[in-house]
Amino acid sequence: MLRSIRSTFIMIGECFKMSLANILGNRARSFLTVLGILIGVAAVIALITTVNGFSGSLSSSFSSMGAGTLTVTVSGSDLKSGMTTADLDELTELDAVEGVTPSVSMNARVSRGGSYETGISVSGKNAYYFRQNEDLLTRGRALNITDEESMTFVCIISPDMVEEFFYGVDPIGESLYIDGIPFLVVGLMSEDGDSSIAGMMNGSPDILVPYTTAMKMNNTNVVTSFTAYLADGWNSETGAEALEAKLDGMFSYEDDCYEIMDMSSIEDTMQSMLSMVSALLAGIASIALVVGGIGIMNMMLTTVTERTVEIGLKKALGAIPWQIQMQFLIESFLLSIIGGAAGIALGLLLSLILSKVMGTSFVISTFAIALGAGFSAAVGIIFGWAPARKASKLNPIDALRSA
Amino acid sequence: MDAMTADKGAFFRMEKINKYYQMGEEQAHILKDIDLSIDEGEYLSVLGPSGSGKSTLMNIIGCLDVPTSGQYTLRGRSVDELTEAELARLRSAEIGFVFQNSQLLPRLTAQKNVELPLIYAGVGPRERRRRARELLERVGLSDRMEHLPNQLSGGQQQRVAIARALAGNPTLLLADEPTGALDQKTGKQVMALFKALNDEGRTIIMITHDMNIAKNARRVVHIIDGELTEGGGTNDA
Ligand SMILES: Nc1ncnc2c1ncn2[C@@H]1O[C@H](COP(=O)(O)OP(=O)(O)OP(=O)(O)O)[C@@H](O)[C@H]1O
Ligand SMILES: [Mg+2]
Repeated sequence: MLRSIRSTFIMIGECFKMSLANILGNRARSFLTVLGILIGVAAVIALITTVNGFSGSLSSSFSSMGAGTLTVTVSGSDLKSGMTTADLDELTELDAVEGVTPSVSMNARVSRGGSYETGISVSGKNAYYFRQNEDLLTRGRALNITDEESMTFVCIISPDMVEEFFYGVDPIGESLYIDGIPFLVVGLMSEDGDSSIAGMMNGSPDILVPYTTAMKMNNTNVVTSFTAYLADGWNSETGAEALEAKLDGMFSYEDDCYEIMDMSSIEDTMQSMLSMVSALLAGIASIALVVGGIGIMNMMLTTVTERTVEIGLKKALGAIPWQIQMQFLIESFLLSIIGGAAGIALGLLLSLILSKVMGTSFVISTFAIALGAGFSAAVGIIFGWAPARKASKLNPIDALRSA
Repeated sequence: MDAMTADKGAFFRMEKINKYYQMGEEQAHILKDIDLSIDEGEYLSVLGPSGSGKSTLMNIIGCLDVPTSGQYTLRGRSVDELTEAELARLRSAEIGFVFQNSQLLPRLTAQKNVELPLIYAGVGPRERRRRARELLERVGLSDRMEHLPNQLSGGQQQRVAIARALAGNPTLLLADEPTGALDQKTGKQVMALFKALNDEGRTIIMITHDMNIAKNARRVVHIIDGELTEGGGTNDA
């Protein structure tokens, strides 16, 4: 028994040596054969690593931006269609809430001199918003309480707007017509625009105006979307509870008048979307693995045909069918694993480059590497099985006579 | 060596062996009712013209092929009852082949070719190497061990094939035209080697179309058109 285990090891060791010699003896052909596996594994690795890096960056930016804020979307009831300015003030009074920034959106026709542009996104904000987003302004002044209370016609514009309407002119102090009403440009937004989650979700507006002014232009006295900034010591759960208690009262305990989203739930949604996308892409990439496996199978079938004499001879010299099968299985396994290893290296290189280009973090995923290695080993064995079996079934006489 | 002495007597026995090949619609009758028994330690030569069925007979004796009908018993075991794996083990342990056209693997050196049967018998590398070198010396190729087959002459290749047949230390040596590619001098050397091997107690079956070569065996059978006739003993040189 011990002897037969030992001889099996000796035999398998010899198979590895012979297979390696065969693979290296046919370098060009081996390379072309493993190309499919190589590309498939590289694609899977690059995808997983890149998506991992991306989702890592996503969560870190979420935690830096979104900590301590709740975004509320109000659908209202028959009696009360939204939040009035007074309601918002009341919310600010809550212990849990440090401040509130309403968001009043509209699409407007913007013009100056002879040129105009339609469908420009204009958003109404308050002074508190600018205190929370200090990097938003590059030049000029922010909106202040007076703007809110007096519904002034001032605006802060994005670099796109500057380019569009103020070529070669300093916009600050100039006026811009929004839906035919002249607004005074008092400040300029930075290139990044609104980097808060709400900003990201809505797409950065091109023009910011006092929210009260925007309400008036929209012919409404209510706000349907706002962000509450939580005071120290409140987290998204306790904060949401406090907010709910207040809002329920305001909407007379009717159901479904508003929805509170915290950043972590938004992040969860985005992360799960991301992992769905990556699973889909990895699925597509694994088609390359199957194609690669078929390439290996084809090559192995050719090899078996070419080496009929060798197989017949080995059988005549006492090789048992499974020993022959083992030899060819090892050869396709090695071939596939070599392709897989090269694919892992290429995939990591690709994702390193991608992470540099996209500015995301590069984290080597052992899961991805294990997956690539496991996949290529499995492909080698699965697609090598049939050719190896064919070899083991060859009749030694036919094989020897064909020489 | 216990098996050898215990089973002294019939090494194998063939009764009414027939072999047909299907050639399209027709059946070619290649071996016709062959009865042949051989004892342990015999040196038999099968003499016959080309196409008479010599190689076919050798393949059946060596358990590479199966007869269409008839009974073949090797060392007391009926061959048609053995599985393919058992046959392979039997070949590995008992039989050494010298094929008609040497059949060396072109990418392996002479020494590696000789080692080949030992790999499947599970012999370790050091022992394999030792045995291969010893056998190559015995067939006069000590200076050609690292040569590839295409760097060897036809006669040298045939001697490598003989060394390979002996690697597994078989009890039966089956040689198909072992002197086919040899000049007279090396042919004589090979015959001397066969005689020595037979003197050691090894059973030898040598297939040839050459009367002068067949003479070297202790017993000669003739095969013509698939029919076997006993040719009687020869000079017991
Ligand atoms: N697979 C096969 N199918 C059909 N006919 C075959 C097959 N193998 C051998 N034969 C035929 O069987 C006959 C005997 O062949 P075999 O190889 O045994 O001859 P041989 O006596 O060894 O001849 P040689 O001295 O030329 O080697 C030949 O006529 C050959 O054509
Ligand atoms: Mg022949």
